[in-house]
Amino acid sequence: MNNANPAPAPATPILSVNNIEVIYDHVILVLKGVSLTVPTGGITALLGANGAGKTTTLKAISNLLHAERGEVTKGNIIFEGQQVQSLSPNELVRRGCIQVMEGRHCFGHLSVEDNLMTGAFTRRDGNAAIRDDLDLVYQYFPRLKVRRASQAGYTSGGEQQMTAIGRALMSKPKMILLDEPSMGLAPQLVEEIFEIVKKLNEEQGVSFLLAEQNTNVALRFAKYGYILESGRIVLDGEAKALRENEDVKEFYLGIGGEGRKSFKDVKHYKRRKRWLA
Amino acid sequence: MDFLNSILVKPFADMFGAPDFLLQVLWEGLVSGVLYALIALGFVLIYKSSRIFNFAQGIMVVFAALTLVGLHEKGVPALLAVPLTLLVMFILAVAIERVVLRPLVNQPDIILFMATIGITLFLVGFGEIIFGGENKVMITQELHIPTGSFEFEPFGGFVSIEQKDLTAVVGAIVLVAGLLLFLNKSKMGRAIRALGDDHQAALSVGISLSTIWVLVWFIAGVIALATGIVWGARAGVSFALEVIAFKALPVLMLGGLESVLGAIIGGLAIGVLEKLFEIYWGQPLLGGNTETWFAFVFALLVLLFRPQGLFGEKIIERV
Repeated sequence: MNNANPAPAPATPILSVNNIEVIYDHVILVLKGVSLTVPTGGITALLGANGAGKTTTLKAISNLLHAERGEVTKGNIIFEGQQVQSLSPNELVRRGCIQVMEGRHCFGHLSVEDNLMTGAFTRRDGNAAIRDDLDLVYQYFPRLKVRRASQAGYTSGGEQQMTAIGRALMSKPKMILLDEPSMGLAPQLVEEIFEIVKKLNEEQGVSFLLAEQNTNVALRFAKYGYILESGRIVLDGEAKALRENEDVKEFYLGIGGEGRKSFKDVKHYKRRKRWLA
Repeated sequence: MDFLNSILVKPFADMFGAPDFLLQVLWEGLVSGVLYALIALGFVLIYKSSRIFNFAQGIMVVFAALTLVGLHEKGVPALLAVPLTLLVMFILAVAIERVVLRPLVNQPDIILFMATIGITLFLVGFGEIIFGGENKVMITQELHIPTGSFEFEPFGGFVSIEQKDLTAVVGAIVLVAGLLLFLNKSKMGRAIRALGDDHQAALSVGISLSTIWVLVWFIAGVIALATGIVWGARAGVSFALEVIAFKALPVLMLGGLESVLGAIIGGLAIGVLEKLFEIYWGQPLLGGNTETWFAFVFALLVLLFRPQGLFGEKIIERV
């Protein structure tokens, strides 16, 4: 396995998560020692199946866990050189780290523009600057400008995802934790949204940690990837290397080595054993 | 036949027979309706932003009025007593957030509801210790609320509108308009509405729960003070005032727990309808005193047909 020689450590990481353990309700152990780093200005993907712990990892970073009775019990999280586990989500947003939650979570009864403006809650740099950023968001998402007065609850899934990302941008973030942006969207829209993420990364210098089930798309846009399985990182590497990896191909990209398979041929083996062999 | 006549025909004949009296009844109903609406608004704001059904809203009305009158009794000039009372309501909001809400965050709704009952009991006791339990008179004159009345003679009849009622209505309209403007146009107002829509998302964009909670409890306190002054001017300041807060419950059922507009319309509707019912049906047919229960029965009937209330927020669902 090629995780024996990890990729060269990138320059200064904007975020590093060191061996965190997360417990829900004091009993349910969900993350069993997860470590990852996101380089400043990077796009890093966090991949894995349902229930692997992607969302929990992101929420541990953004400190939204408390609202769900979750707790980081071990390890630490460092954002821009400072420990952040004990900060409130609102303080973290103020420092420049914001999460876009899975399933969009727009404010349904607010207009699209009001949704975007809520993102500026923590800002203290005056209305003019906020207005400028609103225009900037509309530049990246022209479709939102058209729908600015509509109630967000009545817009399409893609528009809601754009609203959610735009709302996060309004906080002037240095880093966005993006949870499953592809969920429930048509492939074409997924592509469009990832293109915008890439542009934001290149032009605005926003770093991204991207939790995705859509491994294929995520590995095309990310520079580095981690694969999470039942609360542990089982593999990590440059996105390109991961794409070439036989196991990733088979388990996550659905590209089998030897043609069409039948259930008759399915070998019974424990997947984790193979990963760790 | 006689019975049907007295239910279906005679009341309306009475109404149109004496339109001046009808106007008077409508006006009286409207004035109490405005007060119900104000109290219901306090409920709605807190419910929307924290999903807490605030049992203490009624006692906050009493407490605010008591503080105002009590301060004046202790020698504070009336016009200074108002901002001081507002300050007390602000401190109360901060204290409630710190001591009650923050430690109970993430607890089931019923626990928070119980906590507001606790707040009610505390305020009853606390108010009595500091200001005494006897009835007081609202300092209407000292606050420069005009007394006396305007008299009209429409339809050859006679209608009298008390100036303090008129002041109350105008004051309430200004308060509500200000509140709506605040909710719809300001950053904090937007955050309150956002919090009402999606708690988690509000947290995720950095909206600070404690700031918003202090803010809505303070607004509820301001509303309580306004209601307390107006109602106190009509009925005196005593713990019995708390009872009128229960009138807000049918208003909420009618208007929906989450709708500001619903609270206003529901309040006015209940105020007017219960007055009409009392005068034209209750007194001749049931011996009067229907105002105490009419609102509840009416709300129950509405609930049978529209469980979300007349103006409850539509649940937006995309298919």
